[in-house]
This record gives sequence, structure tokens and C-alpha cells, in this order.
Amino acid sequence: MKIHNRLIMTFGATLLLVSCGQQNQSSNGALASSAAEKVYVAPGEQDEYYAFLSGGYSGNLTVYGLPSGRMFKEIPVFSQFPTSGYGYSEETKPMLNTSHGFVPWDDAHHPDISQTNGELDGRWIFINGNNTPRIARINLSTFETEEIIEVPNSAGNHSSSFITENTEYVVAGTRFSVPIPQRDMPINEYKSNFKGSLSFISVDPEHGHMDLKFQLLMPGFNYDLSHPGRGKSHGWFFFTTYNTEEAHTLQEVNASQNDKDFIAAVNWKKIEEYVNNGGGTKMPANYAHNLYDEGSHTATTTMKKEVLTVDPLKVPGAVYFLPTPKSPHGCDVDPSGQYIIGNGKLSADLTVHSFDKMIAAIEGEKFDGEAYGIPILKFEDVLAGQVKSGGLGPLHTEFDGKGNAYTTFFISSEVVKWKLGTWEVIDRKPTYYSVGHLMIPGGNSRKPFGKYVVAMNKITKDRYLPTGPEMEHSAQIYDISGDKMELIYDFPTHGEPHYAAGIPAEILAPKSQKIYRLDENKHPFAVKTPTDSKVVRDGNQVHIYMSTIRSHFTPDNIEGIKVGDKVYFHITNHEQDFDVPHGFAMIGQNTSELLIMPGQTKTSVWEPKKVGVWPFYCTDFCSALHQEMQGYVRVSPANSNVELKWSLGE
Amino acid sequence: MKKASIVMIVGPLFLLGLYIFPLWNIMLGAPQYPDPLGLNIHISGLKGVNEFDIQNIDGLNHYIGMHTLPKPEEMWEFGTFPLIIGIMVGIGVLIGILGYLNKVSYKWFWGWFLLMSVLGILGMYDFNEWLIDYGTNLDPNAIMKLTNPDGSPMTYKPPLLGHVKMLNFDVTSLPSIGGYLMFVGMMLTLFAGFLGWKSSKQ
Repeated sequence: MKIHNRLIMTFGATLLLVSCGQQNQSSNGALASSAAEKVYVAPGEQDEYYAFLSGGYSGNLTVYGLPSGRMFKEIPVFSQFPTSGYGYSEETKPMLNTSHGFVPWDDAHHPDISQTNGELDGRWIFINGNNTPRIARINLSTFETEEIIEVPNSAGNHSSSFITENTEYVVAGTRFSVPIPQRDMPINEYKSNFKGSLSFISVDPEHGHMDLKFQLLMPGFNYDLSHPGRGKSHGWFFFTTYNTEEAHTLQEVNASQNDKDFIAAVNWKKIEEYVNNGGGTKMPANYAHNLYDEGSHTATTTMKKEVLTVDPLKVPGAVYFLPTPKSPHGCDVDPSGQYIIGNGKLSADLTVHSFDKMIAAIEGEKFDGEAYGIPILKFEDVLAGQVKSGGLGPLHTEFDGKGNAYTTFFISSEVVKWKLGTWEVIDRKPTYYSVGHLMIPGGNSRKPFGKYVVAMNKITKDRYLPTGPEMEHSAQIYDISGDKMELIYDFPTHGEPHYAAGIPAEILAPKSQKIYRLDENKHPFAVKTPTDSKVVRDGNQVHIYMSTIRSHFTPDNIEGIKVGDKVYFHITNHEQDFDVPHGFAMIGQNTSELLIMPGQTKTSVWEPKKVGVWPFYCTDFCSALHQEMQGYVRVSPANSNVELKWSLGE
Repeated sequence: MKKASIVMIVGPLFLLGLYIFPLWNIMLGAPQYPDPLGLNIHISGLKGVNEFDIQNIDGLNHYIGMHTLPKPEEMWEFGTFPLIIGIMVGIGVLIGILGYLNKVSYKWFWGWFLLMSVLGILGMYDFNEWLIDYGTNLDPNAIMKLTNPDGSPMTYKPPLLGHVKMLNFDVTSLPSIGGYLMFVGMMLTLFAGFLGWKSSKQ
């Protein structure tokens, strides 16, 4: 009851804040607009939507519920995650392999859920690693990262990882232009020598497996964000650019000189056809493709040695530039596919281009010059309208499916709701503070679920109890079901969310997997019954085939290990019961623990350095006898003759 | 008598449902099992309501020293019950046909009902004996040896019918589809006898 009261008080405070800006909203009674009621998901009840927030520099993806703002899980993607052993276990280390070797971290930015016919289908979610360019695919029935492909010839993989409306491609554009292929050259020769690559990675419709189909080598601009065409504009992809000045130093100033940069419109269907007919140039490359197999619970790395590059000038009609004011950031396409929105981050206005007008201008060949041979369309010819919002620093726009758009304004810290077609501003609400991206579930698809918008902020300051100089970033949830937006909740996130993707719970929840089937476990070191448990020595490598069930390890006494050995604990969790993981940790191990799900096998390496009898134990409170779930390994001197033996209950 | 005999032929056929559907069902729910574990008792063996329920019930019960649930080959009943049901269905249908041909009287219908009732009661008695053994014949080295307030060792016999709170589990034992079908079938034979008796009065 106390907690309940406290909740009401907290929500009450929010309500007060909200109601200040709501005085002219007389149609709703005081009770109907209670923010507390709107976000309160009672104990035992579940949220309406899943929200996947990127972790930014955490390298991971976090899963929240809407409207409660409760965090359900952190899915390790690009970063080692000691909680589960991801990136530490022998099975998952290959996931983080790159052409630069093992890279245990990345900057995860823009998640996007797979689509069929432009609607969310909830099979996979993709996310980009910004720093060492990579794209990951996460299975949305296991909520585990299944695949990571490195993107060659890219640097700062930022205009990624957005998918086409039937998940034909996941698209990854470079932020930094670089020499392609990489070579030793003076930095100040950037101009006209560096290139920007836009990569189209095909997605196998059945397994989701990714393959870098072709790479478009564009002029050396910075490709900031992108989105697919949909509906009538399906087959096109749109990328915002900045630094069309091609500055290589002090970009803060030097890349902000042009009055207009571009949105690059790429007709990928045309390029796909060109490539399918043998077009393009194969270029030697070296990039990692890491694939996790659910059956063997093991990831493998394949180094790919070639990439198919496409010179845009060789495919007439494939690429056009749409002039767009002031270093646009977000590049967003409305649910109908008609409007392409450039969020000119250094201006006050939003520029909206019309797809129909763009096609007409292309057909009329009304060009306003060219850039490196790529035709530039006339700004006035493609312009659908401008949103004079009065805000500052528009960054990103999403849609509610009811003819409205919602744009974040970083500098003026607000979300602005405006109407597609009339460009009139309907409402504006402050954010706390300096909002980056926002998310409406399905807001980047043909069918948005326009009930909530989540604004993800860059600055937290005084929103929560202070926690020293470093704080988590804040996010706010607004109810957008009415004419006016209503701030209903404020919650801290994890890492730095740069973007998010949301989906109705009813699509994902029913297919969320509960266990892995032990009888389908194909791990080469799995043990299917405890009687198969064994310890095998191979030179100085020792393989321990171990099983776990509440509440013991089999075997739990092991002798004959020697200093200098490399000991592999291959642990199979024999539980077939929902939510009964077992953990494993060995004293002095130079790695993380393991968390092994029912039916799964994971492997941990230990290189004992000291003679003695050393314990291991289960790290997950698995049962009433969890504390008893422990064992010993006897470590003898390197030259000893202690016989290898193992047992349980002897 | 013809109508009565047709009902008598149909009634025993309902028992064939026992070959497909469980006779009885025991559900075990607990706070940490919001989706309860469940045991379906078929005449030919025990099955989990969900695929891994038996394994999970055994896993939990080992803490309190209960034996694992028997496999079909570990109990003679699971070999014998299907035979008895088969024979009884055969006899019942035969009686019905003979009644239709006016070879036997309605009293045979009641006779079949009586015999089936006796067998059913014996079956329930046997089932209860097993429940007692299952719930009380505990491993002396059990991890948890619990006692009642009076100091006697706690036992874990699931109820034959109804609900019992056992440690953290709510155990509910009820007839299942096969059991209900059997009940309907037997009532039909009783009704067939009644119809026969009525037509003999005319």
C-alpha cells in the first residue's frame, strides 16, 4: 500500500506539471487525463508495446515496455556482456570478430524491426555498430543476437540500419568518407579523393541471413541518416548528407558553410537490376561475417574477401540529389511514401520533399547542375512544403498514421506535432532536455500505431535524483491519442539511446521462446544425460563435459588438472523448465561468468595458475538448494601424476 | 426395446474416448508456476499437460524425496486398463445388439452398468493406493524432511478429487475429458436399462 501511495504521489507530480500546459483542453475531464492512470500497468499486468531502445555507447539494445517505461532486458549486441557471458564464452567470442581483430565494443545507434509489405512483422530487429562498421540481426523470438556482418569501405556506420519494406535489404551508409580502398595518403587531399559507401545488405527471407549484395560508391560527403521509400516510393532509399563542402578539418565550421546540402535519392531497384545483370566491379576486401547457430549454440566467423561496388554514374537514373537546407540529420518518409522529410538541424524549418514532384522533375530532366556527375534536382521543383515551426534544430520525424508528423527539436528541446500536407503546427511540448530522436511504434512503416511517442533526450540534469557527474539519459512518453500531446511519463534509459523501434506486444509476446530444447542441442560438447558427463585430456587441454540440473553439477569433483592446463568447462543446462538458468563461475578465471539457459551449452575457459583445490559454483539463484550447487577442482603441479578423475556423489 | 438397445449400443462406445483423452487430471500451481504444471492420467500411462511437465514435477519432487512418476511399463495397470476397457466396450455393444435382436432383456443393460461400476470403483481404489504410495513412500535421504505441527513426517499424497494446498503448491485433482465421457457412457447404459424397463411394462 505504501508503494502504491508513493507511486500516486510521483504520478501526481507529473500530472501537475502536465496540467499546466493543458488548461485549454476542456473536452477531457480531470480524471480522463490522469497521466498516472495512463502509464500505470498494475502488478501482474503487461505492457501494450515493446520498445527497443538503442544503447548508444553501451553497444547494446535495451527492451522496455510502453506505457510503463519498465526495462525488461538488455540484449548484448556489440559489447561483451559479463552478465550472460556474451563475448566471453567460447561460443559467442566469434560474434565480435572483425577485420581489425576482436572488437569488444561498439556504438549501437538505430534499431529497425523487420517488415513485410511495409508493416512490422516482428521477426528480427537490426541495429548498426557505428564505430567499427557492423550490422547486427537479433532474433525476436529468442531476443538474442544471431548475426553480425562487418561493413567494409565504411567508417562511422551512421545512416544505418534501415530496412526496405519487405526486408529485402538492410541498408548501411557511411558517415565518414574515406579513401576506398583504404590507402596511405595525405588527409588534406580528401576533396574528390575520398568516397562515401552506401551498402545494401540482402536479408534472406527465411533465415534472415545477411549478405553484402552491393556497395554504392558515392561522392565524399557525410551520409547522416536514411530511410526507405514505402508504398509508391518503394524501391527508393533516401539519405541525408552533410559536409558536402568536403571539409577534412574543423567540420564544425567548415562543413556548415553550404546553404543547402543534399538528400540523396537512390533507386535501389534499378541498381539491383544492374547488379543482377552482371553490373558492378568486384573489389578485394576483408570483412567478418559472424553467424550464431541456435542448434549448436555456437557462433562462427567467416572472413569475406570481396565486395561488389557500383559506380553511380554507370547506372543512369539511379541516384539524384535533392537540395535540402542546412546539414539535415533525420531523413524520414511518411507512411504513404509521398513525403520525404529533411530535418535541417542547423535551421528552424523542416523541408518536405514530394516523391511525385521528384519523379516529375526527373522525367522532365529539370536539373540544377550536378555533383560529381550526379544530377541535382531543383529545390523548388521537388519541394512539397516547409514547416515553419518556430523551433530550433529539427532532428528527426515520425508519424502517427493519422496524417500527423512529430519532429524533435534538439536546440529548443521540444516535440512539435504538425500536419502533413498543410504543414501547420498543431501542438508543441517541451522535452527534458535536448531531445535527439523520438519513436512511435511502427512510426517508420506504412502502419504506425499512433498512441504513444517516446522522446529520447541527450541531457538529463535535474530530472532524477542526482548520481554524480555521470547520469543515464532521460526519456519521456507522451500520449498522442488526442489532438494535443500529453506528457505522461519520464524515465531514465541505459547508455545513450539514439533511436528506438516499437511494436505491439501482441505481435511479439506469443512467440517469445521459453526454453531451448535439449533434444535439439547440436553443440559438439553437449551432454544429453548426466551419465555422459566426462573429462577428457588432450595434451594440456582438458575438456570437461558437464551438466547442470537443480541443484548440482555433474561432475562436481574433478582431479588430475595441472598448472599450465587450459581447462574448458562445457556446461549443458538440462532444465527444460521456463526461466531456470544456471550460472557458472570458477575462482580466478580471467573471464566472466556464464549464464546458461535451459537446454543450452556454453563454454568457459580457465587456465589454473596455482596448485590447490579450487571451487566453482552456480551464480544464478536457481533453487532452494542453489547455495549447495558447487564443486571442486583439484589442481596439481605441472609435473604431477595425479590421475584424471571425476565424480558426483561419491 | 429397440430404442433402449440403440442407447445401450451407443453408451459403451463413449468409453472409447479413454483411449484418446485423459481419465483424470492433476494440476500443480505455485507462485513461481503461474502456468501450472499438469499431469494427465491416461488409462495407458501418465503424460504431462505440457511437454516437459513430468520432468519438471519429478525435478521438484526430488527435494522432498518423492519417487519419480512411473513410466507405463512400471505399472501393470497401464497394460491392463486398456484391455479391460476394450473388453467392457465389446461386451456392452454385444449386449446392446442382442437386446436389439430381443435375445437378452434390459436387465443385462443394468448388469453391464453394475459390473462397470464395480470395476470403476476398484480402479479408483487402486489409483488411490498408488497416490498414497507416491505421496508417502519417501526417500529417507530426502533433501527436505518436513514435519507436521504434531511432529509426524509430512506426506504429499495428491487428492483423489478436489483441491489441497501442499507446501507452496495448489494441487487440484479432477476427472478429465475421458473420465467425463466414461461417465456419460455409463449413464446412457443406465438410461438404456430404464428405457428397456419402461417398454417391458407396456
